[in-house]
Amino acid sequence: MRRLGSIPACQRIASSLPQAQDPFPGPAPVSVEVAQKFRRIDKSKKLPHSKSKTRSRLEVAEAEEEEISVKAARSELLLAEEPGFLEGEEGEDTAKIRQADIVEAVDIASAAKHFDLNLRQFGPYRLNYSQTGRHLAFGGRRGHVAALDWVTKKLMCEINVMEAVRDIRFLHSEALLAVAQNRWLHIYDNQGIELHCIRRCDRVTRLEFLPFHFLLATSSETGFLTYLDVSVGKIVAALNARAGRLDVMTQNPYNAVIHLGHSNGTVSLWSPAMKEPLAKILCHRGGVRAVAVDSTGTCMATSGLDHQLKIFDLRGKFQPLSARTLPQGAGHLAFSQRGLLAAGMGDVVNIWAGQGKASPPSLEKPYLTHRLSGHVHGLQFCPFEDVLGVGHSGGITSMLVPGAAEPNFDGLESNPYRSRKQRQEWEVKALLEKVPAELICLDPRALAEVDVVSLEQAKKERIERLGYDPESKAPFQPKPKLKGRSSTASLVKRKRKVMDEEHRDKVRQSLEQQPQKQEKAAKPVGARPSALDRFVR
Amino acid sequence: MTTPRAPVKMRGMVVVNESIRSFWKQSVPLMERIGSGERLALSDLLEPVKTSSSLATVKKQLNRVKSKKTVELPLNKEEVERIHREVAFNKTSQTLSKWDPIVQKNRQAEQLVFPLMKEQSAFAPIEHVLNGWKARTPLEQEIFNLLSKNKQPVTDPLLTPVEKASLKAMSLEEAKMRRAELQRARALQSYYEARARREKKIKSKKYHRVLKKGKAKKALKEFETLRKTDPAAALEELEKLEKARMMERMSLKHQNSGKWAKSKAIMAKYDLEARQAMQDQLARNKELTQKVQMASESEEEEGGEEEGDLVPDAVNEAHMTADGLNPWMVGNHSSDAKEAEIQKDPEQLPEPMANEASESEEEEIPVAEEEILLKEFEERRSLRKKSGLNQDAKPVGRQETKDSSTQEVLSELRALSQKLNKDNRQRRKQDVGSVRTVLSVPREGPAAEEEEPQLLQRPERAQTLEELEELSKEGCFQNEEFPRPASEGQQLESNNQPSAPKKKMKEQMIDLQNILTTKSPSVKSLAVPTIEELEDEQEREQKQMIKEAFAGDDVIRDFLKEKREAVEASKPKDVDLTLPGWGEWGGVGLKPSAKKRRRFLIKAPEGPPRKDKNLPNVIINEKRNIHAAAHQVRVLPYPFTHHQQFERTIQTPIGSTWNTQRAFQKLTTPKVVTKPGHIIKPIKAEDVGYRSSSRSDLSVIQRNPKQLSIRHKKQLKKD
Repeated sequence: MRRLGSIPACQRIASSLPQAQDPFPGPAPVSVEVAQKFRRIDKSKKLPHSKSKTRSRLEVAEAEEEEISVKAARSELLLAEEPGFLEGEEGEDTAKIRQADIVEAVDIASAAKHFDLNLRQFGPYRLNYSQTGRHLAFGGRRGHVAALDWVTKKLMCEINVMEAVRDIRFLHSEALLAVAQNRWLHIYDNQGIELHCIRRCDRVTRLEFLPFHFLLATSSETGFLTYLDVSVGKIVAALNARAGRLDVMTQNPYNAVIHLGHSNGTVSLWSPAMKEPLAKILCHRGGVRAVAVDSTGTCMATSGLDHQLKIFDLRGKFQPLSARTLPQGAGHLAFSQRGLLAAGMGDVVNIWAGQGKASPPSLEKPYLTHRLSGHVHGLQFCPFEDVLGVGHSGGITSMLVPGAAEPNFDGLESNPYRSRKQRQEWEVKALLEKVPAELICLDPRALAEVDVVSLEQAKKERIERLGYDPESKAPFQPKPKLKGRSSTASLVKRKRKVMDEEHRDKVRQSLEQQPQKQEKAAKPVGARPSALDRFVR
Repeated sequence: MTTPRAPVKMRGMVVVNESIRSFWKQSVPLMERIGSGERLALSDLLEPVKTSSSLATVKKQLNRVKSKKTVELPLNKEEVERIHREVAFNKTSQTLSKWDPIVQKNRQAEQLVFPLMKEQSAFAPIEHVLNGWKARTPLEQEIFNLLSKNKQPVTDPLLTPVEKASLKAMSLEEAKMRRAELQRARALQSYYEARARREKKIKSKKYHRVLKKGKAKKALKEFETLRKTDPAAALEELEKLEKARMMERMSLKHQNSGKWAKSKAIMAKYDLEARQAMQDQLARNKELTQKVQMASESEEEEGGEEEGDLVPDAVNEAHMTADGLNPWMVGNHSSDAKEAEIQKDPEQLPEPMANEASESEEEEIPVAEEEILLKEFEERRSLRKKSGLNQDAKPVGRQETKDSSTQEVLSELRALSQKLNKDNRQRRKQDVGSVRTVLSVPREGPAAEEEEPQLLQRPERAQTLEELEELSKEGCFQNEEFPRPASEGQQLESNNQPSAPKKKMKEQMIDLQNILTTKSPSVKSLAVPTIEELEDEQEREQKQMIKEAFAGDDVIRDFLKEKREAVEASKPKDVDLTLPGWGEWGGVGLKPSAKKRRRFLIKAPEGPPRKDKNLPNVIINEKRNIHAAAHQVRVLPYPFTHHQQFERTIQTPIGSTWNTQRAFQKLTTPKVVTKPGHIIKPIKAEDVGYRSSSRSDLSVIQRNPKQLSIRHKKQLKKD
C-alpha cells in the first residue's frame, strides 16, 4: 500500500541499481567421492536395534563424522601439487624410454636428481633415504659408510667401519644412522661418530625402522627378530622365528607389522606383542627372496626362488592377486609412495605401475626398465621425489621415475625443507606422540573396538555374583486367574501361546529378510519384465 | 462427626410418630371407598390413601436418616501415614517434574557455559550503527547529500531515552508478568460485561427506576465533590452535559415522537401511569435541552477557532516546507521511521504498548495525508505557473475524514487534482525532455514493475543453475552407481566362483596347489639381466634348480602339517575327570573303561570358526593380543546396549593429525565451560523462564503430563 509519490529519493536510487548478488550462493560444493575418502563409519553394517537415547547419540556421531569429512574434503584444495607421469606416444612402450631421454626432457632441477656414484671399490651397496627424502645413506659391503644430502650433494660423513656392512638405515631423523655390521649393530651420528654399539643385536642381516613407534627391528642370522626402542634404548622384544637365517625383511607402513621371508616359501607377519607370528602365508614353492609392502598396506609383493613375482592382497584373505614368472627372479623389491613396484633382477631394474594410487601394479607391462653397471643390492624409492635409488656393485644410481612419489608433503610431519630448529621441534612432538610397541597388530583400527571378550567375561561374572541376569528380559509369567481358571494346564497353555507368538515373530522376520536377499541376487540376472509375466505362476 | 448420631435418631422418632397421627386423620376417604362397595385389597390398607405433602417431607427425612451411615472407624496409623506419604510424594514429584525438560536439554547439550545468565543482546538502534560509517561511494554520498538537504535525521537518535530504557529494561520475566496482568484485566472486563448484560435483562421497572435514581444521586454527589476538589474535571463534566444536550437537541429522542410515545399518547387518556411516563419524558427532554450557563461561551469560541484553524494551518505548513526540494518527503519519512520502529517493537514490547502505537499511527496517517494533499495542491499551483510538470501521486481517497467540513474541502481538492493530472499527462506527451529534469513519480511505476520481474527472476535463475548442477551431479551419481553394482557383482562372482558349484558346502576350500603352481605368464623384458659367468653363481643356480625340483611338494606338505598342528593347538581342550580305580579295578596296565571315560569327559564348547578356515595357504594366529586389549574399552557406557553401537561413535579419530584444525577444535570442545572468577549459582526457576509461584508449577505440569505419568506412576506403584 505504498504510495508512489512518497518513496524517498535514496530508496528510489537504491532500487534502480542492480543489486550485488552472489552468483554462487551458499558454501562451495564438495564432491562426494572426496568426502567419502575421509569417512570412517561404515554405514553398511547393520546395528542391532537401539533405544531412542542411543539412537540420538548415534545420529550425533554420524552427523559429526559427515561434517568432519566434508571439512577434510574441503582442505584437499590445499594439495596443489600434481603427481608426475610418463606417457608414451601412441603405440610407444614407456619401457623403451631410457633414463637419458627422461633427463633430456625434464627441467634442470629434476635432471640433477639423476646421477650415478661410481664406487666400484667397496662394492655392492645398500642404501636408505631418510623419512623426509632429503638425505641418503649408503653402506658398501667392504665397510664404506656415507651419508649425504643428495639434493645438494653435500656430504655429511664418510667413514670406513672396517667391517662388512650388511644393512644401513636412518633412525627417526637424519641425525642418527644404524649400521648392521658383521658382528654387531652400531649407531652413528651424522658426523660419522659412533654413538652406540648394540651387542645384543648380533649378526644382523636386515634393518627396519618403525617411525611412529621408534622401534628398530633387526633380523639376524641366528633367526631372531629383535625390536629395539631407540627412544629409550631398550630391547622391547626378541622373537625367535624358528626358521633359520633371516635375510628377507620388510615392514608394512600401514600397521607397522614386520614381514619376514623364509626359505620354506612362507612369509610370516610379526608384532612385538606376540611371541608367535600373527600370520603365516605360504607364497612360493621355493624360498622367498624379497618382500615389499605398499604404503597403504593393501598389497604385498614377493619374489621367490621359483622365479615368480606375486602380489598378495593383505586385507584379510592373503590371496595372490597376480603372479608373473621372471626370467631370473627378482632379488629385491620396493614399493613407491604411489604404488609403483620396482624389482631388481640381476643388473636390471624393472618398474611396474598400476592404474590408480590404491590399485596394485599390473605386472603385464613394465613401466620403466633400466640397466645398471652392476648387480642390484639395494632398492628404495625416495619419498616425495620421483626418484628411485639403486645400490649395486658398481655404486649408487639415482633413477628418475615420473609419478613415483607423493607430490604433496605434510610440512608438520615430514618436511624436506625443514631447518634444524624445525627438526628438533618435530622430534619432541614425535616423541610425545610415540605409539606404544604393544599396539602393533594386523588391524590398527581394532583399537577403536570394544574388547568384547573381557566385556562378556565381566557380564558373566556379574551374573554369577548376582545370581541372575539383570539385563535379560523377564520370562513370561501368566497372571493367576480366579474362578478355577488358573489351573496348571491353562497356565501352561497361556505360556505356550506367548512362546509361540514370539517364535512366529522371529520366523516372520527371517522370512521378510529372505526375499530381500533373493531379490538382490535375482535382479541382475532377470531380463526386462514383459507384459506376459503376469500370467506366470 | 460421631456425636450428632444419637440426636438425629431421636428427632426422627418424633417425626415418625407425628406422621402416623396425620395418617389416621387423613384416612377418612378410605372409609368412603369402603362404603361405595369397591373391593379392598390388603395393600390398600397399608398404603397411605392420599399422598400428602406432609407425608412426602416425612419420607424425605426418613431417607436422609437412612442415608446417613455411621462414620467409619479411623484408619490405623500406618495406613494414614502411607496416604500422607503418597500425597506428599505426588506433590513433590509434581513440583520437581517441571525441571525434567531442562535437565533433559542440559544433558543433551553439546556444550554448557556457566554461569548460565547470559547478557541479553543489546538492541542497537540504526543511528548507533551508522555512527561509525561513512559514505564513500558516490552513490552513498549522493544519498547523504539528499538527506542532509531535506533535513532528514541522519545521526539523530530516533528513539527517545525513555523508549530506549523501556526496550532495555523489559526482560522476559517482566513481559510475562505484564501479560499475566493484562489477562487478568481482560477477564475482569468480561465479568463486568456479563454482569451488565445480566442486569440489563432485568425487566422490573421498579428496579430500573430505583437504579436510575440511585445513579443520578451518585452522579450529583460526585459532581459536587469534583467541583470542590478538581474544578477542571468538573468543567469537563459540564462539557459532557453540554454535549448530551446537543445530542438531545439534534435527536428527537424525548419529544414524544417515537413509536412508544405515540402508543402511550393513546393510552394516556385512561391510564394514569402512561400519562405520567409521557410527562416524565418531556421533563427529561427539557432537562436535557436546558443550557448550562458556565460552559457555553468557551465552547462557542473553541468551535470558531476550530473552523478557522482547519485549512490555513495546513496551507501555512505547505508554504513553509515549499522551500525545500521535496516537501512531501518530510512527513512521510517520519511516518516511515515510525513504522520501522513498530516493526522492530512487537517482540520487545508488550501488547498494550504495541497496540497504542499502532492506534496512534492509524490516527496520524489520515491527518498526514490530508496535509500532503494540500501541500501538493499548493505546489502544483506554483509549478503550473512555471512549467507545471510535476506530477503527483494518484489522489488517494481511501480515508474517511472525521470532519464533514474537511471532507468537502477534500472533495473539491480531489476534483481539482484530477483535472490537473489530465493536463499534465497531455503536456508530458508533448515534451519528454523536460520530464527528465525532475524526478517524476509516474515513471517510477513502470520502472519498478520492470525491476520486479528482474528481481524475481534472479533468484530463480540461480535456482535453476543450482538445479542444473544438482541434476548433473545426480547424473554423475547415476553414472557412477551403475557400474558399481556391476563391479560388486563381479567381485562377488569372483569371490564366489570357487564356491559357486557347491553352495551347500558354504565356502569351498581354496586349492593350495592351484595357488602355488599357477602358470604365471613370464615377462619378456626388454632388458634381460646379464648373467655373470661366475662359477659359484653357476653352482648356486644348480643348487637352486635342484631345490626347486624337489622342494615344492615338501614345502606344501610341511605347511599343511604346520597348519594342522596350529589348529589343534588352538582348539579348546576337553577336560577328562575320570579317576582310574574308582569303582573298578585299578593298577598298572589297567585303563578306565571307555564308558566311564565318556561319562566323566567334559567337552569343551566349540569356539568360533577360524579365520583361515578356508584359506589353505594362510595360518592366522587366533590368540588375543593381551597388551593391545589393555588399551581397548571394556565397559559399555550408559546409553549403549551393544558394543557395535558404541564402536560406531568412537570410529572417528579426534586428533589434530587426522582432522583439520576447525574439525579438531569442534571435536574437542569441552562439555562444560566455566568463566574464571564468576560465581556459578544453582539454577533458579527464573533463569529458565519459570515463575517461582505455585501457579506456574501447575502450568508446567500441565505442559508435560505424559512424563509425569510415566515416571512417577511406577514409583507410586512401588510404594
